[in-house]
Amino acid sequence: MRYTTETMLVGLAAFLALLGAGFAADVPFREHAYVLFVVLAITTIVMMRRIDFSGDKMIPLRADTPGDRTGGRVVARSETAVNTASAGSTASIAYMDDVVRYGVIATVFWGIVGFLVGVVIASQLAWPDLNIQPWFNFGRMRPLHTSAVIFAFGGNALIATSFYVVQRTCRARLWGGNLAWFVFWGYQLFIVMAATGYLLGITEGREYAEPEWYVDLWLTVVWVAYLAVFLGTLVRRKEPHIYVANWFYLAFIVTIAMLHVVNNLSLPVSFVGAKSYSAFSGVQDALTQWWYGHNAVGFFLTAGFLGMMYYFIPKQANRPVYSYRLSIIHFWALIFLYIWAGPHHLHYTALPDWAQTLGMVFSIMLWMPSWGGMINGLMTLSGAWDKLRTDPVLRMMVISVAFYGMSTFEGPMMSIKSVNSLSHYTDWTIGHVHSGALGWVGMISFGAVYHLTPKLWGRERLYSLRLVNWHFWLATLGIVVYAAVMWVSGIMQGLMWREYGDDGYLVYSFAETVAAMHPYYVLRMLGGAMFLAGALIMAFNVYKTIRGDVRREVPMGTPALQPAE
Amino acid sequence: MADHKDVDQITGVETTGHSWDGIKELNNPLPRWWLWTFYASIAFALVYTILYPAWPMVNSATTGVLGWSSRGDLAQETAAANASRAGQLEKISALSVEEIAADPDLRTVAIAGGRAAFKVNCVQCHGSGAEGGPGYPNLNDDAWLWGGQLEAIHTTLEHGIRYASDTDTRVSEMPAFGRDGILDRAQIGDVADYVLTLGKTAADPAAAERGAVVFADNCAACHGESGEGMREVGAPALNDAIWLFGGTKDDIVRQVTAPRHGVMPAWGERLGETTVKELTVYVHSLGGGE
Repeated sequence: MRYTTETMLVGLAAFLALLGAGFAADVPFREHAYVLFVVLAITTIVMMRRIDFSGDKMIPLRADTPGDRTGGRVVARSETAVNTASAGSTASIAYMDDVVRYGVIATVFWGIVGFLVGVVIASQLAWPDLNIQPWFNFGRMRPLHTSAVIFAFGGNALIATSFYVVQRTCRARLWGGNLAWFVFWGYQLFIVMAATGYLLGITEGREYAEPEWYVDLWLTVVWVAYLAVFLGTLVRRKEPHIYVANWFYLAFIVTIAMLHVVNNLSLPVSFVGAKSYSAFSGVQDALTQWWYGHNAVGFFLTAGFLGMMYYFIPKQANRPVYSYRLSIIHFWALIFLYIWAGPHHLHYTALPDWAQTLGMVFSIMLWMPSWGGMINGLMTLSGAWDKLRTDPVLRMMVISVAFYGMSTFEGPMMSIKSVNSLSHYTDWTIGHVHSGALGWVGMISFGAVYHLTPKLWGRERLYSLRLVNWHFWLATLGIVVYAAVMWVSGIMQGLMWREYGDDGYLVYSFAETVAAMHPYYVLRMLGGAMFLAGALIMAFNVYKTIRGDVRREVPMGTPALQPAE
Repeated sequence: MADHKDVDQITGVETTGHSWDGIKELNNPLPRWWLWTFYASIAFALVYTILYPAWPMVNSATTGVLGWSSRGDLAQETAAANASRAGQLEKISALSVEEIAADPDLRTVAIAGGRAAFKVNCVQCHGSGAEGGPGYPNLNDDAWLWGGQLEAIHTTLEHGIRYASDTDTRVSEMPAFGRDGILDRAQIGDVADYVLTLGKTAADPAAAERGAVVFADNCAACHGESGEGMREVGAPALNDAIWLFGGTKDDIVRQVTAPRHGVMPAWGERLGETTVKELTVYVHSLGGGE
């Protein structure tokens, strides 16, 4: 029987969820426990239907390698044996790739959910009538958007690629057997519970850490399992050295564990209730939240995705990494400096001046360590720049590094107090976040998805490179529209807020500044919609590639117009 | 290491000799400009932390050699702003609203201050153009519930309307003629038709004729014989085609059946005497002041 114990445990958990609903101390907890019960009950049923009574206790290893997953469908598999193709000596190792395949699909799925919710809330800001009470108002949809893109889309991309990269660069199968599956499904459960909680109105109100205490506890369990799988695989490596991508992945996993635990220290009102109170209060709480919030950017969205960049760019470009020494120096500088920069989110608040100063100067010192990653990414292409003409996947990765460089310059600049006094609380910050999130995180993840899909499913190539090109341009233009519009609107907003007349009084009311934002909010929604459209094209391309279809098309790089003879 | 050098063919740069899944690393040095910019940013940070409050000590933190603090900054700017208005604010505080409005200089200052205070405190209900909305009076027109003279506006601002925690607040309550069974449905319909004719709006003439009797018996005491209103009790004029809660027959029937009563906060304590006076002069200046 396969997964007998696991099935029983999930069934038991479903029963506990039902008990939680029965004994709930408040209505939101009851509703949320019912959601959990339904999810777990369906999971139990699905797992029971898969129980195999043939007596095989172990899943055969070969089932996990793409080369042997012939199944019924006949497809082009000239390069299916990925492991043997990449390095001869690794032929004997069976990598655990099914979980990565699920991860790639989950990345695409949650990406589209997150972008869609983003377009919806952008529309709500432009046309407030679109707020549907109470479940779909802006206040509940906004954390749904941020969590969906950061944790569901970004998190799945990081988990999937880290599992893929750590196996290849260590020449070792994932440690812990089915623990990797627990990480994957446990993480999806966290996403579902967080998302449904927001819509039900359950929130801690902590930026990027809105889920309540019981969802936090569950994420802690999943994250420790993730750390164990990753570390265990590193320990089992057959390479003498640990590749730089894995340093970044490990820094991301370890630091996020620490940030998550400290930021979420809280006391539940009832063990069958949805509400909890933070261990911190006042300005200490504010600083804890931004220590977490800033390093969610630093370690989740920067370090983790630098790990991704350090594997997929050299792979896609087929060139060596530019500088080993730079990678060491910028890694340690980044890790050391990032953790102190959080107070720059609290300029001109009750936070003591000295803490604000330190937040600012650490942010400025962070500029070059951040750019070290950009230099190493871009310079890796030296000798391969011509590939940008023919390979839209590589182009996607390169533009992501360019956006990374731009955002990591803009960030330190905005941390300077006099700049911040204008930019703080305005749309400029939103634009900055999105040039990083859409440009850097989004594009490098798309590049990784396009790189992985044919390899994981044993396809000769992607269904269509021309569609990748469409995705590239839609996404790039969408980001440019988004960021440029938010610069204009943010700076205008900041200037209107601080505008004093000759008589020494404020010129504009807040409502007037809101009215002035309207056209920019409409344009921002359009930029986001373009980005979403690109992601939908990617989903179609990935789907067709997985099916094994290949589009007959003119290869990329062929001049569209022939010179006149 | 030295005995088997691995050199990248394209760049001619030595690699570190390792390969992970086919990925090698070149042994390029740190780019000079990168390193020097990094050093410069560290030097900047060090100098900045000496000039400004930065290093945490046991009980407090270093204050920086420039002696700057954000609280000091605020105190300076506030003092400068107050100094620029010195004398004028004191005069506004000492004089009555009539005297302020009569002095052209003070009036200008008061209107500027009132406009700023209005934008922060009043636009949420009365609109950024003071144009009002359903349930919130327009402040630009001649229709006043409690009076449009400076003193009347000042009292309304200072004590609010139906604001429970201010004992001097303005209070009026129209009976719920329908809900409390004072009038039946037919009578309310008739009186609504009559009220429509007061505002020169087309209505059923027969019903309005019946309604006129109902109006004289029940409504005229507060709203006046011809619906001209009574400011002493905050009873709105009904003959000016300006409606607080809507001017259709349905709206009027609803208001007669179970009236809604708006509430305005008392601003005297919250904003202080000077600001309330400025607001008074500003609102009075909007167009409807008497």
